[in-house]
Amino acid sequence: MQLTNRSKQVSNKEMTLAEKMYLPAVISGLAITIRHFFRKKPTIQYPEVKKYLGPIYRGHHILKRDEQGRERCTACGLCAVACPAEAISMVAAERKKGEEGLYREEKYAAVYEINMLRCIFCGLCEEACPKQAVYLRHDKMVPVFQERDEVIYGKDRLVEKMDDRYIRANNSEVKTTPTEPSLTRAAT
Amino acid sequence: MDLTVLLVKGLIILIIFAITLGIAAYSTYGERKVAAFLQDRIGPNRAGPWGLLQPLADGGKMFFKEDFIPSQASKWLFILGPCLAMLTALMSSAVIPFGDTIKFGNYAIPIQAIEINIGVLYIFGVVSLGVYGIMVGGWASNNKFSLLGAIRAASQNISYEIALGLSLIAILMMSGSLSLTAIINEQATFFEWNIFTQPLGFVIFLTCAFAECNRTPFDLPECETELVGGYHTEYSSMKLGFYLFAEYINMFVSSAFISALYFGGFHYPFMNEIGQALEKSLGAITGHNVATAIGVAAYFGKILFFIFFFMWVRWTVPRFRYDQLMNLGWKTFIPLAILNVVITGAGLLYNFKYATWLIAIVMIVLAVSSMSRAPKREIVPQRG
Ligand code: SF4
Ligand code: SF4
Repeated sequence: MQLTNRSKQVSNKEMTLAEKMYLPAVISGLAITIRHFFRKKPTIQYPEVKKYLGPIYRGHHILKRDEQGRERCTACGLCAVACPAEAISMVAAERKKGEEGLYREEKYAAVYEINMLRCIFCGLCEEACPKQAVYLRHDKMVPVFQERDEVIYGKDRLVEKMDDRYIRANNSEVKTTPTEPSLTRAAT
Repeated sequence: MDLTVLLVKGLIILIIFAITLGIAAYSTYGERKVAAFLQDRIGPNRAGPWGLLQPLADGGKMFFKEDFIPSQASKWLFILGPCLAMLTALMSSAVIPFGDTIKFGNYAIPIQAIEINIGVLYIFGVVSLGVYGIMVGGWASNNKFSLLGAIRAASQNISYEIALGLSLIAILMMSGSLSLTAIINEQATFFEWNIFTQPLGFVIFLTCAFAECNRTPFDLPECETELVGGYHTEYSSMKLGFYLFAEYINMFVSSAFISALYFGGFHYPFMNEIGQALEKSLGAITGHNVATAIGVAAYFGKILFFIFFFMWVRWTVPRFRYDQLMNLGWKTFIPLAILNVVITGAGLLYNFKYATWLIAIVMIVLAVSSMSRAPKREIVPQRG
């Protein structure tokens, strides 16, 4: 079985004197490594330069609104059940009269929290949701935490803003995302 | 010696001390950069411009780490170990002449901390003390793995010191002196640099120097896969820092030593002509001092190249197995070094300095013939 195209036959033969002297091999090795010294480096300077990670990258969570700006989530709890890390918790509430413009269904999530320390960004919540309410943005990562009380993301940080709507687009022309939200801008 | 001479001498000692420490500190940065470049990476570039403050950051981190002494360790020896390693490493740069003399007034003071006519012996004495740092550290940790690492270090250093000394004897025979200044001055003309008269001795010396510094491919005392970490498994914080730092100082000193012994120290081609021209145009004293400065710069160039070479080899050649290491030392280097001494002696008898090329030529012929006699490597078609 051949696993790579670089496999070599192992041999147990006696080394010749030239091989026993090591020096030719050492010198050719040195020549190989010094050539790498002058090569162009493929490193990407991360925080300054960002790579486009593709349309299916799983980053920051977002709770979608529909076209009229109503929250889609109906607090059914399926995402919390699907979550293997048990990162999601919510409190459901009933929609009052006059709130039809805010929530799409009669039931909505009064509190919706994701513990970002627990989340493993598996995307199962996204798959479980019957209302297409929760997504993981492909263009934005969860920022680095400095304090412990920053890690629980409530609705204030999850529900999408109407002036900054998230659209998942497969835009092959965009290769890098210098600043994160611009990608969605370019896509719309 | 009056006061000014003493002051200048003290100044030189301080400067050499500072330079040694500075170069050792920046070797850690250089090591990471060289490693990165040889592996198509960029290396540290966040602390300061191009990451130049990285050694400071590393040092600061070392100081703030928990300083831990295992309860079963023998406490004072545990503390003594890194101190010894550092002390011996720092001591050896004392006799290396970094340049010719500086002149002021009637005085001519050599750029060298202490001028003794047994410089080579002194270095050997100090270098062989160096193994105590590792041995004491490994023993005091009261950890089997550390002890094994220390034992490996000790036996390795002792074995390679013999070949190191023997390869040096050929040079001592040619210069007829144990003083480093004399050895350097003997290589005044370019083609009399010992690298050209003693090619085999150079290879042996270089390899043994690698082994003495415990650098890859001979860094057997520390080995994460076999020995957890090696002789410094139990060390933390700045004590570990001292051990690692001592290694870099050793590297600097042996680079200086190698360049002094085989590459003419502060000599460079057309040195006399340039020196005379400078003295003519700038006056005897300034001209001489400027010429000395150029020589010092040339010397440091050589030293830096060898430090780079140490790193280059480290990221190229894999570590030896311990029995291979011992075989190489005892069965190859010691006989070859003795042969080198004998041939050099014979050459000196007939006033022919390049006699050791004979060994090199014979070895090359043997190697080539063995290659041609070896069975051709079969080209096995790869199965899919
Ligand atoms: S991405 Fe996975 S772990 Fe994170 S909240 Fe969704 S289901 Fe839970
Ligand atoms: S996000 Fe989707 S799955 Fe989760 S509670 Fe809301 S509607 Fe249900």
